[in-house]
Amino acid sequence: MKSPRKVVIAGIAAFAMVGALAACSSGGSESGKTELRVATFPPGADAAAYEAFDAQEKQFEKANPDIDIIGVEYEWEGPTFAVQLAGGSLPDVFTVPFTDSKTLLENGQLMDVTDEIEELGYTDSFNPVILDGVTDADGRIFGFPRQAYAMGLHYNRTLFEQAGLDPDSPPTTWDEVREDAKVIADETGKAGYMQMTQNNTGGWQLTAATVARGGSTQTDNGDGTYTSTIANDGTKASLEFLKELRWEDDSLGSNFLLDWGSINQEFAAGNIGMYTTGSDIYTALVRDFSLTPDDYGLTVIPIENDGGTLGGGDIAVVSPTVDDETKAAAITWIDWFYMQKLLDEDAAVLDAKTLAESDQAVGTPLLPVLNREAYEQSLVWIEPYINVPRDQMTPFIDGIWEQTPVGEPKGKTQEIYALLDPVVQAVLTDQNADIDALLEQADAEAQALLDE
Amino acid sequence: MTLTAKPPAAAPSAGEPAPPSTPAPRRRTRNLRTWVQGGGLSTLAFLAPMLIVFAIFSWSPIVQSIVMSFQQTNLLDPPTWVGLDNFAAVLSDPLLGTAILNTLYFAVLALLFGFPLPILVAVLMSEVRRGKGFYSALAYLPVVVPPVVAVLLWKVFYDASPTGLFNTILGWFGIPAQPWLQSSATAMPSLVLEATWAAAGGSIIIYLAALLAVPPELYDAAEVDGASIWNKIWHVTLPQLRGILFIMLILQVIATAQVFLEPYLFTGGGPNNATVTILLLIYRYAFQNSLGGDYGEATALSVMLAVVLALLSWLYFKLTNRWSTS
Repeated sequence: MKSPRKVVIAGIAAFAMVGALAACSSGGSESGKTELRVATFPPGADAAAYEAFDAQEKQFEKANPDIDIIGVEYEWEGPTFAVQLAGGSLPDVFTVPFTDSKTLLENGQLMDVTDEIEELGYTDSFNPVILDGVTDADGRIFGFPRQAYAMGLHYNRTLFEQAGLDPDSPPTTWDEVREDAKVIADETGKAGYMQMTQNNTGGWQLTAATVARGGSTQTDNGDGTYTSTIANDGTKASLEFLKELRWEDDSLGSNFLLDWGSINQEFAAGNIGMYTTGSDIYTALVRDFSLTPDDYGLTVIPIENDGGTLGGGDIAVVSPTVDDETKAAAITWIDWFYMQKLLDEDAAVLDAKTLAESDQAVGTPLLPVLNREAYEQSLVWIEPYINVPRDQMTPFIDGIWEQTPVGEPKGKTQEIYALLDPVVQAVLTDQNADIDALLEQADAEAQALLDE
Repeated sequence: MTLTAKPPAAAPSAGEPAPPSTPAPRRRTRNLRTWVQGGGLSTLAFLAPMLIVFAIFSWSPIVQSIVMSFQQTNLLDPPTWVGLDNFAAVLSDPLLGTAILNTLYFAVLALLFGFPLPILVAVLMSEVRRGKGFYSALAYLPVVVPPVVAVLLWKVFYDASPTGLFNTILGWFGIPAQPWLQSSATAMPSLVLEATWAAAGGSIIIYLAALLAVPPELYDAAEVDGASIWNKIWHVTLPQLRGILFIMLILQVIATAQVFLEPYLFTGGGPNNATVTILLLIYRYAFQNSLGGDYGEATALSVMLAVVLALLSWLYFKLTNRWSTS
């Protein structure tokens, strides 16, 4: 060989490179404890949220010294979920929305926790309708329903006042929503009302508006098949409502491409008078979007023609890739962190106290995942620590029990929501949009998806 | 008088490599021993890290994606072979036609706006005597801005309310507020405008470098012949840049066919699918349509796009080969 020195140097370089690559995949606990990576908050949460979590982590680790909790920033995103799962970057414990749990169940992407839930004695405690959403055809359970919400009409009290409207008397019908939206737009120059349109949220909110008007975008045939009913009177009325606000009243502002994050941001910034989303949004609005609490108001979504309020929520689940030891730790965490505060006074008080001490929202209006009595009892326990302005949410808190919660469509939920995004966008950006034709086309495409 | 486009052979520019001073080595019989004796092992050892990195991060994903285009997988369970089903599903998607047309629209607009502009700016800048570095830095600045930041910035510019930045400027001239991203008609041109702004700096720098290689004697000769500035550009500069122009054109076609960032961040494909491009559709197949992810369909469309672009490039070079080397 001409130059053995060169070969040695190059060989070292090659081994160093391979070694560096191999080191990327190394891991494992050095403390002897079971490391449990759990979802905390979406990126962007304020420092106080992390202080609160830090305190809760210490409380848990004191009670469970053999488990080492590692908080991981997490935000549910359907698009990247499968990749995170396959890539091993998901936390061991995380939450997913009800809407997606069925698909995840079918895909085998959730850990079976039936035995653990039975052992903990929850099976009979849950609201059966909610438990059904996380149970497969064989009766196996794949998650802990931990929080539920109903659709609400959220409004900016300051904009109401600036427009000369009474923030304590929010609109109760869609006609009143339209009238108030126009007044707000005319008097303040801000969007009086707005609706999400992007990243599947357009379809989600159109479905909510449809349900509120007594319509339905899908029929469950009960045999595992579904029929699309997108071209129904409720959806048509919802789109005509938007069309009137946009083209006759000009009360929707100028940005018609908004999704969950951007509409919350716009609302928290005081640029939107009213919008519809889940009743639990207050926590995220103050924690992630810096909402001024005095601006906030919440009422029930207007109901017409025997309609209902679209409900939703999320479930705490365990990654299907973890080993038995980690799974046991995960169940312990879910029970302690999510469930006990719904069932046990001491746990509820400790949770509320910890959150309140870090200025985190306590008392945001929800729907019960167990039953109404247990939910209201837990509110009594934590009453001294409630810090959200529930008096500004009175119309919702008083009115929600009169409304019928309706579950989201189950067949190809997110795909059909995605199909409806352009329909909403078309109505908002094209004055000549033919609503009937748009609905017929979306209906045919949705049925094709459901028939796959 | 005819202006020649060819540089004089006897006047190599300073940047050109010196001609080889030794004759090419004699062809030797290639066997293992002579290869080893010739330092083959050390060459291989030096190359190994790069080859390994390329194999892992560059070639293996390409091969995997081709394989995946014939499979159905959720990345968790073992994949199943589905033959050409993914290709059939993609080709029957009603959105595919819209995505192709939108991508072509973007490409044509980008060529109209984005291709001549950097040439023009580079030619003008090459005429500048003082402060050339300052103007180069100024032109290149948008390239330095991270793309996501640039889009966020332009989102503010494109605010459709009358108080938006661009609309305020239009208002000074009595032009009514434009919807920019909020209308199917104006959304795509708005994306092209930002994309052109973001990418022009890189092209300008390349053209400027190419312009430096144009022998000044040609301009001197043209001036002696009384050529105007326009004549010099047309008869000297552009012919001298021909090779680089051809390369830049095909690179731009390939880049615009793969436009993703702007529609994804600005409009999400809206309004009413007016800015759905092929790559955005691929993204939706993989990450948006289903929680399992239709990775098979996404890679099938990717493979088809790659094949079309490869064919286009081959055809382009075939057609332009004679011109660019003349």
